[in-house]
Amino acid sequence: MTEPIEEAQDSAQQDSAQQDSVQRVERGEAFLDVRDLKVHFPTDDGVVKSVDGISFQLERGKTLGIVGESGSGKSVTSLSIMGLHKPGVANISGQIFLDGQDLVTSTREEVRLLRGKRMAMIFQDPLSAMHPFYTVGTQIVEAYRVHNQVSKAVAKKHAIEMLDRVGIPQPDRRVDAYPHQFSGGMRQRAMIAMALSCDPDLLIADEPTTALDVTVQAQILDLIRDLQREFNSAVIIITHDLGVVAELADDIQVMYAGRAVEYSTAEDIFDRPQHPYTWGLLGSMPRIDRERSERLMPIKGTPPSLINVPKGCAFNPRCNYAHLNGGASETERPELLDTGNGHLVACHLSPQERQKAWETDIKPKL
Amino acid sequence: MSTPGTTADAESTPAVPKIGEEILSVDGLVKHFPIRKGILQRQVGAVQAVDGLTFNVTRGETLSLVGESGCGKTTTGRLLTRLLEPTSGKIVFEGRDISHLREGQMRPLRRDVQMIFQDPYGSLNPRHTVGKIVGAPFRLQNVKTEHGVKKAVQELLELVGLSPEHYNRYPHEFSGGQRQRIGIARTLALRPKLIVADEPVSALDVSIQAQVVNLLEDLQEEFDLTYVMIAHDLSVVRHVSDRVAVMYLGKIVELADRVDLYEKPMHPYTVALLSAVPVPDTKRKAKQERIRLQGDVPSPINPPPACRFHTRCWKAQEICKVTEPPLVELAPGHQTACHFPENVEAPAAKADSAD
Repeated sequence: MTEPIEEAQDSAQQDSAQQDSVQRVERGEAFLDVRDLKVHFPTDDGVVKSVDGISFQLERGKTLGIVGESGSGKSVTSLSIMGLHKPGVANISGQIFLDGQDLVTSTREEVRLLRGKRMAMIFQDPLSAMHPFYTVGTQIVEAYRVHNQVSKAVAKKHAIEMLDRVGIPQPDRRVDAYPHQFSGGMRQRAMIAMALSCDPDLLIADEPTTALDVTVQAQILDLIRDLQREFNSAVIIITHDLGVVAELADDIQVMYAGRAVEYSTAEDIFDRPQHPYTWGLLGSMPRIDRERSERLMPIKGTPPSLINVPKGCAFNPRCNYAHLNGGASETERPELLDTGNGHLVACHLSPQERQKAWETDIKPKL
Repeated sequence: MSTPGTTADAESTPAVPKIGEEILSVDGLVKHFPIRKGILQRQVGAVQAVDGLTFNVTRGETLSLVGESGCGKTTTGRLLTRLLEPTSGKIVFEGRDISHLREGQMRPLRRDVQMIFQDPYGSLNPRHTVGKIVGAPFRLQNVKTEHGVKKAVQELLELVGLSPEHYNRYPHEFSGGQRQRIGIARTLALRPKLIVADEPVSALDVSIQAQVVNLLEDLQEEFDLTYVMIAHDLSVVRHVSDRVAVMYLGKIVELADRVDLYEKPMHPYTVALLSAVPVPDTKRKAKQERIRLQGDVPSPINPPPACRFHTRCWKAQEICKVTEPPLVELAPGHQTACHFPENVEAPAAKADSAD
């Protein structure tokens, strides 16, 4: 049962979709280059295929938004980039190149040295991501001193600077406070301060504002954007909120049941979405910026179990257009293919059918 | 203010209830939670969770209470359903003052006033089957059903989009969206008139959220339900509400029709709140000038004097720190508590529209 997954078990060679030149395959093309990443968890009930072959690239100074519902594999992706899966629990295959270094084949110790310095993560729930027993300052100092040979006093000064940088009032006093003494928004700021204390090149924000109120969310999103500009880091923002990615992301990857179903620039995803699941997400969302259309258009059914992902296109049981291609979506898994201008879609519908469905069925009702 | 509650003994059952008449009215509602300290448990202060709310709800409408955490919206919901007893003020449901009814007196009213809870995991007993959970209201209220409780429960399950075969299953076998449907089925069991829904969809994924929102709308139409919706997601609120009350630190700062509120918000807090919501439209990224509020919501233990928003308001002047602005109607059906409201028509135009 718990055999490692046979690699390339399906014809899921998504790299080919990227049309990359073969020479640079060795060390990765972009600053962050994820190729055919699979994260499978063997359990008593079967193998949970949380991430089942995703590929993307990200350059410094750019922001990638990963969108999807719970169980789509977005958080598992980020945890595997950070090397935070427990050894033996997850079977990870594929490649993750960070500035040329493959994180999948690196040892845990090698990845540990990168964490904090080269890559850092902001978690959804700052209360459980920070240690309740230590002051905020102590935790930032610890993170800083792992990578920098400085005295505690210097590190504390740096911690105060960072807290000031993320907009915490009276940072010289707050540095000695415990996490529970902070409000939700301040805690999230403190965690951002901790994540940024070593100027990481890659920042992963996993639902950074989901637990926060809107006005505080706005502050945090502004903060992430400002800090990214300042440090020129690559940012991955993981969220279920299409509004958040529309604000921050340059590129968006839409995930469903462990795979990418659509990948393009943010403009394309919102103006010319091509995958029925993306349409479903847009149709499900009430709008704040205009008066409502009569009803929301939810996606029927519920997301699949990751142990028994539907055959063919994982979305086919919930898709309104699955009947259009003669049963192909029930037997064949669609590949993520370029439909032009780097807009990647994994769908069996022909471009004409997709165009027609979007123009007539979906767009007018949004 | 606090006239002794006229205990209308429900003399006669009201004639056929009409859409548009008042079903619930709230006057000067206050809830302070005492903070006690020391061996003697002396009261040293109070969390002023709800501090003087006045509004009414008409039959068949959806009134939403929105605001950030700590604004008192959940406490208000619990006061309306009398899961909490108000410190002062009056809650009148269908002409009867229910503000200080005892538990036993309240019980018959529980048929009419029901609540949907936010957390579909915490609100269902994991040891009970779906049948037992949804059938509980019948048993508790000793309601006789025509073909037995089981049949009634199965009808309810079908009504909310579940299969009648789910009767013998346990909550853990269901997804979040399905659990929320179970909760809604239980809420509907006794055909309530007023449903207080506390963040009914905020724990759900977007695609499931839309299903539940549509379900709530369908049920409202079918059973002439009145909803008081408590929510923080302003997009959902825009979609479901007829009227919206914006709360800040225990007070209503603005109360208006949905369209008015979203297109012409008057209170600076509402303006800031609306501008803070990320819009799923990349073209607005550049255009949208966001109002950044500084800092966090102050503590309700020690709220700022006078206008409670003045510490974060960009329009605040001396008067805002001294005099509390009353909640007044500045346009038809549009109440605002602010000294310097936005989007108010010029006096001349106002006189025109007053005709």
